[in-house]
Amino acid sequence: MQPSPERQREMLRQMQTIRRFEERASDDYHGGAIYGVVHCYIGEEAVAVGVCSTLNRDDQIISTHRGHGHCIAKGADLNRMMAELYGRETGYCKGKGGSMHIADFGIGMLGANGIVAGGIAIVTGAGLAAQLDGKGRVAVSFFGDGASNAGPFHESLNIAAAWKLPVIFVCENNLYAAQTSAAETHAQEDIAARAHGYGIPGVIVDGNDVLAVHGAAAKAVARARAGEGPTLIECKTYRWRRHTERVNQPDFRPEHEIEVWLKKDPIARLVAHLKSQQGQLTDAEWQEMDRQVLRGIEEAVGFAKSSPFPKPEAALEDVFAS
Amino acid sequence: MREITYAQASLEAFAEEMRRDPKVFHMSTDAPQPLVKEFGPTRVRATPIAESALTGMAIGAAGSGYRPIVDWRMVTFCFVAMDQIVNQAAKIHYMFGGQAKFPILYRASVGGGTRLAAQHSQSPYSMFMNLAGLKMILPSTPYDLKGLLKSAIRDDNPVIAFEATRLFGTKGMVPEEDYTLPLGKADIKREGKDITIVALAWAVHESLAAAEALAAEGISVEVIDPRTLVPMDVATIRASVRKTGRLLVADEAGPTCGAAAEISALATEDPATFACLRGPVKRLCGLQVPIPYSPGMEDFVFPDRQKIAAAVRELVRPKS
Repeated sequence: MQPSPERQREMLRQMQTIRRFEERASDDYHGGAIYGVVHCYIGEEAVAVGVCSTLNRDDQIISTHRGHGHCIAKGADLNRMMAELYGRETGYCKGKGGSMHIADFGIGMLGANGIVAGGIAIVTGAGLAAQLDGKGRVAVSFFGDGASNAGPFHESLNIAAAWKLPVIFVCENNLYAAQTSAAETHAQEDIAARAHGYGIPGVIVDGNDVLAVHGAAAKAVARARAGEGPTLIECKTYRWRRHTERVNQPDFRPEHEIEVWLKKDPIARLVAHLKSQQGQLTDAEWQEMDRQVLRGIEEAVGFAKSSPFPKPEAALEDVFAS
Repeated sequence: MREITYAQASLEAFAEEMRRDPKVFHMSTDAPQPLVKEFGPTRVRATPIAESALTGMAIGAAGSGYRPIVDWRMVTFCFVAMDQIVNQAAKIHYMFGGQAKFPILYRASVGGGTRLAAQHSQSPYSMFMNLAGLKMILPSTPYDLKGLLKSAIRDDNPVIAFEATRLFGTKGMVPEEDYTLPLGKADIKREGKDITIVALAWAVHESLAAAEALAAEGISVEVIDPRTLVPMDVATIRASVRKTGRLLVADEAGPTCGAAAEISALATEDPATFACLRGPVKRLCGLQVPIPYSPGMEDFVFPDRQKIAAAVRELVRPKS
């Protein structure tokens, strides 16, 4: 079932929020206010939003090094996200994590993770907890095509399948593991095909079509909630930017390939879809939505800038829970 | 009080904590049958041989309100899970600004003496001590093991329980009633005044045997068992060294960057303790080799009671 027009507009707002957030994060990274490294999700927004639009607040997700989109789609607070990127005390991790390690356990966002495939087993454990609780909660693992070649992917799929855990494995196949093409590292193009080996459904979906992602995720979530076990969803998508925002980050992707994918913009696609439906989105409404999104980003930056840096000695806190 | 084995002590600890707290559950390859019988296969789960997944799943379950126990069985088997241990479990509380607790007990047998050769005779605890964010225990008696395991399960952090393979059959007195021992508190296993031996796991028993023999020679040995490696009870160790003026550290792990090196440094870098030293500090460790199989070679590698006694004599009555 398609989400209501109102829900679709909300999905559009979230996708645009991810894009605007990251455009600003990239600018401020290059301007020196954000440190370390930033990985942008731009181009893949439909995956996070399509999947998270099927989840409840107490459902849990785990993310990757490219995690801003998952945070925003699960409902994270932009102020605390931006403050974390700025390394401030008011950030989600009190300035201890940065872009690669934003988590909000209060909304079931179990964290971005700097290790490819590092989160898959963790969120499978959250799925086990959900099964033990027996309240119909589900857990979602976001990961990339690169992670699908690592051991934890296979170990976790096997256990989740054997124990019928309520886990949805969402592979964001953006065709590149860092700078290496999936064509060089996968014998078989479709990662979803691997689901067959574990006896679970494997679904391929256009990852730039938020409504298609929503539909596939809704089906997998319903199956998980019903106690029927996990699903592997492969979302074919593409990142518009280089692997990271670092200066001199090489990018070996062919120009024509990038051009083809830029034309498949998931946001423009949803805008066009809504505009084509009578009375669902006008140009003026879309412009106003974008202005509101930008205002929210501006507020987040203001919050970050006006927040104090943590005291250096705070480095000694939180090594252990007391 | 009644006498039980080291292996029984851990089973009792798990059973008691599982009765006490429904959030405690157990995962291992080949589930322990006494626990399955009492608690059923949902709480005592037999898993695939997939330590990386198990180690990570414990983190996710802990972050969702459970208190998982993951038995890696031999420490050897946890090395395939190093990403989950080093990058995830050790850092997840800190990295996310302390917003969630991760109460996990990982369990691994360590040490040699059972003729299992290089891979299954390791004592790699110092590799883990070097990380911030993991607590770890290394008990030497059934009483210490049970009390510390129960504390470890109740602790809100990832704790690794290292248990000495060759102590599994040893017996000791253990109360029948509920008790716990605090993490981070050393135990003075024998009081003495001429020299302090800080010993770990099996080396505690060898040191006590050496102390008994040395007493007949008029040498009074104090034996301290840290029991917990992280946090280390530095105060008890320093106080003992200030009293005796001499320190020998006995550990069957290799010496390089080991727990023994850390204990030596913690004792001697303290000016007040250093000022009381009457001679050099010595580490008596396993030799820096992979552990060999054939009995004569394996025994040659480890610091037994004779070697400990000889080292004490050398420290207390140096040939000048």
